[in-house]
Amino acid sequence: MGASADLLRFITCGSVDDGKSTLIGRLLYETDSLRADQLASLEADSKRSGRQAGEPDFALLLDGLAAEREQAITIDVAYRYFATARRRFIVADTPGHEQYTRNMVTGASTADAAVLLIDAQLGLLTQTQRHSCLVSMLGVRHVVIAVNKMDLVGWSRDAFETIAAQFRAFAGPLGFTTIACVPLSALRGDNVAARSDVAGWYEGPTLLEWLETVDVDADRSGKPFRMPVQWVNRPDSSFRGFAGTIASGVVRRGDTVVSVPSGAESRIARIVTRDGDLDAAVAGQAVTLTLASAIDVSRGDMLVHAADRPVVADQVEATIVWMHEAPMLPGRAYSVRVGTRTVTGTVSDLKCRIDVATSGQLAARTLELNDIGICTLSFDQPVAFDPYAANRDTGGMVLIDRLTHETIGAGTLRFALRRSQNVHWQFLDVDKRQRAAQKAQQPRVLWFTGLSGAGKSTIANLVERKLHALGRHTYLLDGDNVRHGLNRDLGFRDADRVENIRRVAEVARLMTDAGLIVLVSFISPFRSERRMARELFAQGEFVEIFVDTALQDAERRDPKGLYAKARRGELRNFTGIDSPYEVPEHPELRIDTATTSAEDAAELIVAWLGGTREAQ
Amino acid sequence: MTALPRLTHLDRLEAESLYILREVVAACSRPVLLYSIGKDSSVLLHLALKAFHPARPPLPLLHVDTTWKFREMIAFRDATARRLGLDLLVHTNPDGLRGHIDPFVHGPAVYTDVMKTQALRQALDAQGFDAAIGGARRDEELSRAKERIFSLRSAQHRWDPKRQRPELWNLYNTQLGAGETLRVFPLSNWTELDVWQYIERERIEVVPLYFAAERPVVERGGQLIMVDDERLPLAAGERPKLRRVRFRTLGCYPLTAAIESTASTVAEVVQEMRTMRYSERRGRLIDHDGTASMERKKREGYF
Ligand SMILES: Nc1nc2c(ncn2[C@@H]2O[C@H](COP(=O)(O)OP(=O)(O)O)[C@@H](O)[C@H]2O)c(=O)[nH]1
Repeated sequence: MGASADLLRFITCGSVDDGKSTLIGRLLYETDSLRADQLASLEADSKRSGRQAGEPDFALLLDGLAAEREQAITIDVAYRYFATARRRFIVADTPGHEQYTRNMVTGASTADAAVLLIDAQLGLLTQTQRHSCLVSMLGVRHVVIAVNKMDLVGWSRDAFETIAAQFRAFAGPLGFTTIACVPLSALRGDNVAARSDVAGWYEGPTLLEWLETVDVDADRSGKPFRMPVQWVNRPDSSFRGFAGTIASGVVRRGDTVVSVPSGAESRIARIVTRDGDLDAAVAGQAVTLTLASAIDVSRGDMLVHAADRPVVADQVEATIVWMHEAPMLPGRAYSVRVGTRTVTGTVSDLKCRIDVATSGQLAARTLELNDIGICTLSFDQPVAFDPYAANRDTGGMVLIDRLTHETIGAGTLRFALRRSQNVHWQFLDVDKRQRAAQKAQQPRVLWFTGLSGAGKSTIANLVERKLHALGRHTYLLDGDNVRHGLNRDLGFRDADRVENIRRVAEVARLMTDAGLIVLVSFISPFRSERRMARELFAQGEFVEIFVDTALQDAERRDPKGLYAKARRGELRNFTGIDSPYEVPEHPELRIDTATTSAEDAAELIVAWLGGTREAQ
Repeated sequence: MTALPRLTHLDRLEAESLYILREVVAACSRPVLLYSIGKDSSVLLHLALKAFHPARPPLPLLHVDTTWKFREMIAFRDATARRLGLDLLVHTNPDGLRGHIDPFVHGPAVYTDVMKTQALRQALDAQGFDAAIGGARRDEELSRAKERIFSLRSAQHRWDPKRQRPELWNLYNTQLGAGETLRVFPLSNWTELDVWQYIERERIEVVPLYFAAERPVVERGGQLIMVDDERLPLAAGERPKLRRVRFRTLGCYPLTAAIESTASTVAEVVQEMRTMRYSERRGRLIDHDGTASMERKKREGYF
């Protein structure tokens, strides 16, 4: 391979036993990407496993992790490398079993082309339809159908052409630019790298020829200039550069650009690299841009041409792929990364789940692992992006759990919702400060959390009485009471509990805005919802009070007989019994009900409030 | 209007690595670049100079010194740090020094654990580094093919294959819980040939041991071991012989085998690579105790 070859990234997809490992092993072998010691261990391994007599078992080459070697299945995305004189290849190798959605979406996100394996004996199956839909959804525009195991159907031209025709008919709506079909035998090597003499009727390219020549550059050209700013380079006061990789388009010295979302405008002064300044830079290059005037730009912003701007919105419609065992819950806040910007996002409406094989829409309340859904997403601040279908490099996002920091989902942004662009905040003349001043108090929300029967309502009641006696303006929101009205449409499943808390938190916010001290008495078992609630309020306004009672004590008290019911199985999803309670990590106040009476607790809380008010 | 550049595979690999390096520096609070003096480290350092130009790389270099490196490597390390004015930290496990840990006496497994694995953990913990950038490539070894570019380690520096995060597009997740750290591999997608082609294109300096020269070696179990100093115990009647050799990979001299070669320039090495028929990890003697050994070492915290 010469130093000037170009690079193609592709993904391989197939069901278990279609021969995908064999095919990739064969490609590595035929392009001389295996070395003598790998070959030797391949032969030794093949003898030991006894899966394939005579021929080396290429599939064994690819199984990296010990557990997988034992079960002889691959369980994740693995990356393989090979090269010919014309191209360097990066292969994302993804397995075909149930976890395929998560893995395939990961592999396809960086792929320019896809190799879809079909077993000639089995024909076009649902699995291949799923794979095709997924790669299409991730924006892969070039696919080749590798019709494998042709040796087992006697190289039947009919069999091949039936599969090819079926696939073309099926794939019509999926928007592929290139569809090729190659009959081959991965095991024997026919039509993989070398042309087969057993199928004289086939006149198209071998699989490797197709991979070497498929033109993916057109996908990248003609796009508007976008550069998400990664890092501000400021070695001294004389230099301020914005480092990033150009996601799409071309930028030239002198171009007028704006920083989004702020919209501040300037001109490109220099395109700096360590090898000298450039006149122009293209998609894929990592550069440092300096601007002609000092505008405020930082990591997370995007530099774009002033004349061709992306969408800026805080409410969008997006397709989400769920990648975690814990289901996606509408209403829960997640950390969302778009470009180099990380924001907080909440799914405000799950429209439907997608049946990947048919592209059909199904009703859904949550998304489980490997589900795909279309939803409305609200961000806590405006985000700049392009619809994924128009620009793969600025339209993707990943979702991260805010407590465990795991990557739990990924998505493609579809469009901005008009609502977010047109509904602006109504400016009100009398504001929160004035309302609070009139009442001579600082608005607060006292959030009582704890098990059912812990004593939250009793204590909250006492606190309200005391505050009222002191001339404070208060309101108590009680979980059970709210469920009779505002939230009577909600049950006790996780998704409902999240929505329950979201509504109550919003109501509490409106009340603090009115200048009140709000007491909220809710089990609120999940940390992320309490955190979501907290984030609605100003610094210091939200007071989390953990009413701490051991489960057996709460159960012994059982004032409403609910624990007994739950134990008898008459009540499902009861906190502490068959639904978890996540203990607060840093509450402002913790009341230990084993050692503190309700009266003392209330006294303590009122004193604490007085103390912090004076301190401010 | 100037002609637009057409990016070659080396341009694309370089740009991807620059992006990764910038992500680490922008998103992590205390990153460090692990500098092992080999060719991959030389490339990594070169990329770091590019990524942050005109600023100097805003992160220190860390070398875990086992005291058994080739002398030429140490000389090269010090000269490089001085020439580029870099902030170089060197750490050796003091327990290992006190215990006179010696690969010939204690065996490669104990030696690697104490002088490399433990030493690295000590250095990372002592300085509170939350991200360590290394030069590992996915093509080096089977178990690496699935390694992430941003690879999560628990507070105990353990690697859990089940907890690795999916990586989509270039939207890396750099968020960490208490005590968790990242290992970051900007060269993940490079092959050995890419590394040499890049060294040639960019005229990157590497330790001269990569080029063939007459060197004193002894032959053991079919492997050529260079006699770099008097600590190498010779068997009765064993005499070092001068052979024309070079190294494909550099580590601790007792654990790194040489190959016979006449390639004495980068161009000749690239040429030799094309015809070379064995993979480079073969020269690292610690990797030979079983196929799944690398994976086990990684779980325990070996880089
Ligand atoms: N006859 C024949 N067998 C094949 C061919 N390709 C793969 N196989 C066999 O099909 C089985 C499954 O192959 P493997 O590569 O492990 O499939 P994977 O699960 O898709 O990775 C193995 O026994 C292979 O030897 C082929 O072209 N012809």
